[in-house]
Amino acid sequence: MGNDLVVPAIVAVTLVTVAIGFYGLRLARTTSDFLVASRVVSPTWNAAAIGGEYLSAASFLGVAGLVLKYGVDVLWYPVGFAAGYLALLLFVAAPLRRSGAFTLPDFCELRLGSRRLRTLATVFVIFIGWLYLVPQLQGAGLTLATLAGSPYPVGAVVVALVVTANVALGGMRAVTFVQAFQYWLKLTALAVPAIFLALQWQADGRPAVTPPEGPTFRTATTVVVEHRAVLTLPDGQTREVRPGDELTFAAGEPVPEVSGVATGPTDWLLPSDAGSDDRGLFATYSLILATFLGTMGLPHVLVRFYTNPDGAAARRTTLVVLALVGVFYLLPTIYGVLGRIYTPQLLVSGQTDAVVVLLPEAALGAGTTGRLMAALVAAGAFAAFLSTSSGLLTSVAGVISTDVLGRGSVRGFRLATVLAGGIPLVLALNVSGLDVSQVVGLAFAVAASSFCPLLVLGIWWRGLTDAGAAAGILVGGGAAVTAVLVTVLGPPLTGWPATLTAQPAAWTVPLAFTVMVAVSLATRRRTPADTARTMLRLHAPDVLRR
Amino acid sequence: MGGNLSAVIGVLSLVTALSAALYAVARLRGRRGIATAGQRATYEVLHTAGLAAEPLRAGLTPAGAAKAARHLRTLVGADGLALTDTDRLLALDGRGAHHTEQLSAAARRVVAAERSTVLGESELACDRIDCPVRGAVVAPLAGAEGRVVGALVAVTDDVPAPGLVQATLETAHWAGSQLALAELDSSRERLARAEVRALRAQISPHFIYNALTAIGSFVRTDPERARELILEFAEFTRYSFRAHGEFTTLAEELRSIDRYLTIERARFGDRLQVRLQIAPEVLPVTLPFLCLQPLVENAVRHGLSRKPGTGMVSIEAQDAGAECHITVEDDGVGMDPGTLTAGIAALAGATGDPGEDSGQHVGLSNVDERLRSVFGNEFGLVVETGVGSGTRVSMRVPKFHPGVRAGS
Repeated sequence: MGNDLVVPAIVAVTLVTVAIGFYGLRLARTTSDFLVASRVVSPTWNAAAIGGEYLSAASFLGVAGLVLKYGVDVLWYPVGFAAGYLALLLFVAAPLRRSGAFTLPDFCELRLGSRRLRTLATVFVIFIGWLYLVPQLQGAGLTLATLAGSPYPVGAVVVALVVTANVALGGMRAVTFVQAFQYWLKLTALAVPAIFLALQWQADGRPAVTPPEGPTFRTATTVVVEHRAVLTLPDGQTREVRPGDELTFAAGEPVPEVSGVATGPTDWLLPSDAGSDDRGLFATYSLILATFLGTMGLPHVLVRFYTNPDGAAARRTTLVVLALVGVFYLLPTIYGVLGRIYTPQLLVSGQTDAVVVLLPEAALGAGTTGRLMAALVAAGAFAAFLSTSSGLLTSVAGVISTDVLGRGSVRGFRLATVLAGGIPLVLALNVSGLDVSQVVGLAFAVAASSFCPLLVLGIWWRGLTDAGAAAGILVGGGAAVTAVLVTVLGPPLTGWPATLTAQPAAWTVPLAFTVMVAVSLATRRRTPADTARTMLRLHAPDVLRR
Repeated sequence: MGGNLSAVIGVLSLVTALSAALYAVARLRGRRGIATAGQRATYEVLHTAGLAAEPLRAGLTPAGAAKAARHLRTLVGADGLALTDTDRLLALDGRGAHHTEQLSAAARRVVAAERSTVLGESELACDRIDCPVRGAVVAPLAGAEGRVVGALVAVTDDVPAPGLVQATLETAHWAGSQLALAELDSSRERLARAEVRALRAQISPHFIYNALTAIGSFVRTDPERARELILEFAEFTRYSFRAHGEFTTLAEELRSIDRYLTIERARFGDRLQVRLQIAPEVLPVTLPFLCLQPLVENAVRHGLSRKPGTGMVSIEAQDAGAECHITVEDDGVGMDPGTLTAGIAALAGATGDPGEDSGQHVGLSNVDERLRSVFGNEFGLVVETGVGSGTRVSMRVPKFHPGVRAGS
């Protein structure tokens, strides 16, 4: 793994990010011209910034890894990650901007006038933020371990330290310019190597992605197993492997079937049968619900909408985000598919999340092109960790410093940042066995079962009360949180309990909606007196208020 | 996994213990912990009074009166209780619904005489055989400065006992003081609004004079520019004197500052340099109307007026998480911090001569007070200055604050 270009590329990305954060405003906006100084952020820039903050390690690494491992079933992940903005566009974007709320707790206070509900929302924002930060750090550890051969904790600690220091010292306060830059960097880092990979695939005579006899090793390969699994060898024997085992395969030898992985052509190419295993129809619907409805509850995405001058601009921004994010998600799929041809050893080793960073060198060879492409992909991956973690950390530290530590000073914000960055780092160092995308999927599930009902009902239904909202968040969100904790930290489960906890959204989201509506109807007396005025503020077109 | 599992169990038990402790504290602070009958009675009276106080603090309205009457009846211990304003009955709780005419007539008499009265059976005659109402006590409600704003009527099934009369009088007295507080609240708001108006009126004299002379000097030499300046001036006054809305956005405030500086540039020419550094993310931030412009005015006056050569005014607005940090800086002569504090103190106490810088003090302390009253005490202005080293005024504005809304 001696790619000497990877580390310089990563360092360059980090330095550029930090430098633009600190000096970008000074260079770009120091002027004596008021027209320049009061130019608002255009929807296109803001959309690129949202994209930059949103496309995380899960999107950059995880989606390709899942496609490699499970096949077409998991295409719902990229589809859902992008389509979440459709729900945001339809139900939330413009009214939320018109409300003037900056964070989700702000929205609670504004709509329902309850300090307690605000506190509850704060707790959920922190939980979702942390849950989302863990896979980012995990991805960083994995990338650095794979490409530079460092131990797993190094990458996680490096990213956590860089981001925490940067945010605490004020270098990364939602700087639109930096985040927009990160989006285009990520897109380039995946798109350019993808073109080369496609050309290489052509040149190799378009090897079949799913040959009838299953995937084979193209070259002699030694695999170091990272996850415990049961292998079914071609001659029918089974063999249990443990982390650390080394297996050697000759060129042309078929890849053994690995337990829990869609190895054979039909498993990979066809949706899995409902009920036959953990990822049945229920899990798919759950995933769709979580990703479609969870996006609107992500703290770092919502704060960016405040930058828009009005509701119409917020809506336009969302539309552009939908396009940008949609384009991006085509690429990881290509990596996952080509990974079956060029890096089948990952199926055996279990490190499928590393397919994006390993594929360029595996397919293009260790020549200059291959190494350059690998470095580019690594830089893009680091951009993903940095931008998403910065956005999340800023949001979480913001709510901690205002709502937990009290109306904070700069020092309070710094303390909050260290607190907000330290805890996910500890968690990331202790859970390394989970798929990056799955943890992110869980964060979406929690957001979909707590904030989605709150936002949708709060914006579109007059009858919502603070008691109803609190009950809905506690029951629905609490159920999702419990499911997450059981999945991440609890004992391994099988059958229905495993599905219900690994993909909880399909039962927790309806539960949250039902409880919220029922309790609101039961406590009708508590409807805020100024509901009508708040509703007017949320829904009246911007031009009417000038 | 075993380690993780024990960690989860540990965390869960910690959380459970914590919530149990919180619950226990909440219960202990509740009424269970009150030992003697006397303490319990005190608690109950004060608790009921607190419940009644809340609606009363919003003023004497039918909706508020209806909510308050329920608790006031418990407090007085009467069978029915009504609240009236100076001429009609606002709310009635309990007995006496068919006596409203007689009760409100009695209340009007009480309000006019400003003296309480007791109604007997003869004054409450009615043709219903089963009517249990035998008497009523009517007491005036004295609001701020002893003005009678309404009456409290306690209805009873019995001949009014001295105890009931006394309780009614005391309750009416207490309710009156709550109404006085309500009035105080609204007058404080009126005062704040009046201050904004005063600030608007205050901008004008010097500036209008200077602006008009500067424009006047261009009328012959450069009529086109003079015309533009007059239009800028008109737009500027339209914004500054606008009648509606207590809040504005940073973008709009900057637009007005731009017009102001255009006019000042006509006067000072190249002597006035401006440097701007505005993070685009904070342009939509909502802040009190005209809270930045007085600072810029001060900076121009201080950065230029008493020193030769050019003066630089820089305005910075930075994004800081949930807040926006704004600073206005000049490189003028500065001032002694002691003088500034003394000037503001003299202004606050309204004693002594505020001195030649009074305009500055009024501007700064007005902005400071308005920021504090809107966002809370920790959001005041911070002024850093020294003789010969310029002045730097900074403020923090939260991106969201309940009740703060542009254009409302």
